[in-house]
Amino acid sequence: MKEGWILFLPLIIPGAMVPIMAQSQGYQTESKAPAAQSTAKPADSGNGEQIFKQNCARCHDAPQSFSPRISGTVIRHMRVRASLSVSDERQILKFLNP
Amino acid sequence: MLLCALSIVPAKQAAAQDTPLISGGVGFLTSTNGGSTTYLPIVTPLLAAPLGNHILIESRATIVDSFSPKGGGQTGYRSDLFLGLSYLQADFIASKHLTFVAGEFLTPFATYNERLSPIWIGNYGDGPLIAGIGTMGTASSVGGMLRGSLFSKPNVSLDYTAYFSAASTNQQFSADRSSGSRANVYFPKARLELGTSYGRLLQGAHESFEGAHVWWEPASTSLRIRSEYAHGPHSSGYWIEADYRLSRFHNGESFAGRFEPVLRMQQTFRTQPDAGDGLPSANTQRSDFGLDYRLPHEVRINSSYSREFSSTGNRNIWEAGIVYRFLFPAWRDK
Repeated sequence: MKEGWILFLPLIIPGAMVPIMAQSQGYQTESKAPAAQSTAKPADSGNGEQIFKQNCARCHDAPQSFSPRISGTVIRHMRVRASLSVSDERQILKFLNP
Repeated sequence: MLLCALSIVPAKQAAAQDTPLISGGVGFLTSTNGGSTTYLPIVTPLLAAPLGNHILIESRATIVDSFSPKGGGQTGYRSDLFLGLSYLQADFIASKHLTFVAGEFLTPFATYNERLSPIWIGNYGDGPLIAGIGTMGTASSVGGMLRGSLFSKPNVSLDYTAYFSAASTNQQFSADRSSGSRANVYFPKARLELGTSYGRLLQGAHESFEGAHVWWEPASTSLRIRSEYAHGPHSSGYWIEADYRLSRFHNGESFAGRFEPVLRMQQTFRTQPDAGDGLPSANTQRSDFGLDYRLPHEVRINSSYSREFSSTGNRNIWEAGIVYRFLFPAWRDK
């Protein structure tokens, strides 16, 4: 399929935005990431809540309550739907099911 | 097939956190368009069942009965019942960067179809005018899809989706032969998401569709801004939606704190006639003023007034509805 390369077009603009935005917001990925990780221990559940807000709550409200028996299923569904990373998946699961 | 899949879920999983779930929404919606009122009782159940550590079977159905005036001088209402699957897919989580999806899935173009179409999520009773661009007619595809997170850092994440759909004339799994892709980049600190989509119809006229979206939630506010642009061979358009949660100023449990004003602006452009793309036949501008109210126990009341301007005639659209969201295990604990 000669037109197959066009399928990769959507990657170009978001991909190009990564360094531009990172620079414009003064992000220093190398130096800041470890700092965030160093505070991860006491704020583990807080991270999960934040990641939930950033990923799941972008589209919908959190459910008011649900059985802990389905928390793993909820997260797996969200991992596929929202393309969560493994790390985000774990932290949200910990937040929902501490 | 789904029942067979459920029957082989290991018993030990049922006792863990991986019990299959039933979720979705039940609603009663009304729409008064140009003086004609339509009533829509609707149920959209979703079933998600994990198999082992890497597979998820999920499906969403739609059951809706539309009661609308008979017209033509006749009194009374006619009823149109629709039962169908929105998707039935198997997800295989192959690695931390790749999930393979097979079956019938929602066509991944822009944001509305996959993320905002469930009745318990959308702020309005109806979708945006451009929802038909890029979703290949049925909004569902039959084939395979690759998706996942390319990388995720505290400052930025990038995810992707690419799919191929075969042509299917099966009544329950109808789809056009098509392919497409989408990529999103998200900046958590700015709460800004940018994305682009591409779709290609691989049968008939072999048409291309392009889309872009920007979502932004300004930090430390309850404001949420979503926008989407889509372009097809015969039409194009955009929508911008902003909602604001009064819970920020009032307790979320208070009377005032449960209100959520919503505003959506839409515009479509018609370049060539096409009855199949779902967009208005003439250039159209529309403003939707909504007010949602969140009751306890996952119940929400939606109401909106829309004013539409078009060369085919201006009109008012009033919508109201009540939606209940449910989420529970597929079976009781022993």
